[in-house]
Amino acid sequence: MLPLRLENVSFAIGGRRIIDSVSVEIAGGPRTVILGPNGAGKSVLMRLCHGLFEPTSGAIEWRGAGVNGRPRQQAMVFQRPVMLRRSALGNVLYGMRLAGVARGECDLRARDMLEVVGLAHVTDRPARVLSGGEQQRLALARAWALNPEVLFLDEPTANLDPAATREIETIIGAIHAGGTKIIMTTHNLGQARRLADEILFIHEGRLVERAPVGEFFAGPASAEARSFIKGELPW
Amino acid sequence: MNDIVLALGEALRLIGGLDAKLTGIVVLSLEISLSAVAIAAVLGLPLGAVIAVERFAGRQALIVLLNALMGLPPVVVGLLVYLMLSRAGPLGPLGLLFTPTAMVVAQSILILPIIAALSRQVIEDAWREYEEQLRSLGARRFDAALTLMWDTRFSLVTVVLAGFGRAAAEVGAVIIVGGNIDGVTRVMTTTIALETSKGDLPLALGLGMILVGLVLALNGIAHSIREAVQRRYG
Repeated sequence: MLPLRLENVSFAIGGRRIIDSVSVEIAGGPRTVILGPNGAGKSVLMRLCHGLFEPTSGAIEWRGAGVNGRPRQQAMVFQRPVMLRRSALGNVLYGMRLAGVARGECDLRARDMLEVVGLAHVTDRPARVLSGGEQQRLALARAWALNPEVLFLDEPTANLDPAATREIETIIGAIHAGGTKIIMTTHNLGQARRLADEILFIHEGRLVERAPVGEFFAGPASAEARSFIKGELPW
Repeated sequence: MNDIVLALGEALRLIGGLDAKLTGIVVLSLEISLSAVAIAAVLGLPLGAVIAVERFAGRQALIVLLNALMGLPPVVVGLLVYLMLSRAGPLGPLGLLFTPTAMVVAQSILILPIIAALSRQVIEDAWREYEEQLRSLGARRFDAALTLMWDTRFSLVTVVLAGFGRAAAEVGAVIIVGGNIDGVTRVMTTTIALETSKGDLPLALGLGMILVGLVLALNGIAHSIREAVQRRYG
C-alpha cells in the first residue's frame, strides 16, 4: 500500500489553515519522523494520512487505493491512548475482532503480543488501572496485533517518564524490525535523533524540510529548522 | 402530633405483620414499575446510543425534544394512554384499560424519554473521548454504539435507576389508566393518595415508608455494585 502520496493537501477549520499545501511521498522502509514545534500541525497531518480527517483540498493516495481510500492495513497509537473498560487482553482482542481476524487465531496472538511488550503479567487486569507507560505499551500491542503495514504514532511518549519512554522506543524499534513502516510525530529532538531515519520538518502547517536524519541535524537547510534545533532546552 | 405517632405505630405494625393486603400492593407496584423500567431500558438505552453516535438531519431537534419529554407530567401521559385504550380509542378493542398492563404501558412511555435522554448524554460524552481511537481501529458507528454502551455500563445503571425512581414515585399516570381498583390495579402511590383522602393515615404512612425504603434499598444495592465493579475495572 506504500508509497503514500500527498498532493497539495490542505486542511482548514473555521477558515484557519492548519495544514497548508503539503505535497510529499512517503515510501516503505525507513522510519519517518514528523518533527516540529507544538501547534505546527504534526498531529493533524498524521490524522489526515490515517484517514481520521478529510483534507479540505488536495488528495491523499495509497498505492492500490482510490483517492482518499483508506486501506485497513494501518494502525495508529495516540498520545493519550483510550483504553476500553475491559482487561488488557480484552483490549487487544477488541482491535483484532474489528479487523476481522479469525476468532481461533485471536487469543493466542493477543497473548503473544502482551508477552512481547512485557505485559504478560497484567493480561487479565483491567486496562484502565494500568500505569501510563503500561497503557501505552498496551496501545502498541493492540496496534501491532493487527500486523499493520504502516503504524502511525502521535507523540507516543509525550506523557511518559524516561524509563517508560525507553521501553516504548524499544518496542517501536521491534515493530519496525518486523517490517512495519513507522510514521511518527514528536517535538522531542533526542527522540527524533534516536528513532528517525528521515525527518519531515513541519512549521506552521507547511512542510519546510525533508532530509535524512544525519543530514538534518548536521545542517538544517531552512531557517525555521535551524531555530527550532537551537531553541531546544538543554535537558 | 398524637395522630402521627398513632399512625406511625399502626404503620409499623402493618409492616411488621406482613399484612396480606399491604404485601399485595407492594408486590404489584414493584411488578409494574420494574416491568416498565425493563421495557424502557431495552428501548431507551440503544436509542440513546444511536442518537449519541449517529449524525442525521433533525438530530438536534430530537435531542431537545427528548430532554423536554423528561419533564412530561405523568397525568398527561395517563390521559394520552387512557384515550388510546378507552373503548372508543384506537386500541380500545384490546380491552387493556384498567389493567396492570395499561399501567406498565403508561409508565414505560413516561420513563422512556428519561432513559433515552440521559443515556444519550452519557454515551455522547464517552464518544467524544473514544471516537478517534474507535474509528482508527475500524469501528463502524454500530460497533461504536455497542462498545460505548458496554464501556459506560456503570453510568447507565444510574440512568436506569433514575427511570425506576420516576416510575415508582409517580401517581398520576397509573391512577388514570389503572383506575385504582382494589386488589387489581391498586399500587403504593395510588393507595397513599386514596387512604390519605379517606383519613386512613396508618396504611398511607406505612406504604409511604415502604416506598421510600424500597427505592433507598435498590439505589443502595446498585451503588455498591457499581462502586465495587468500577474499582475493579477502572
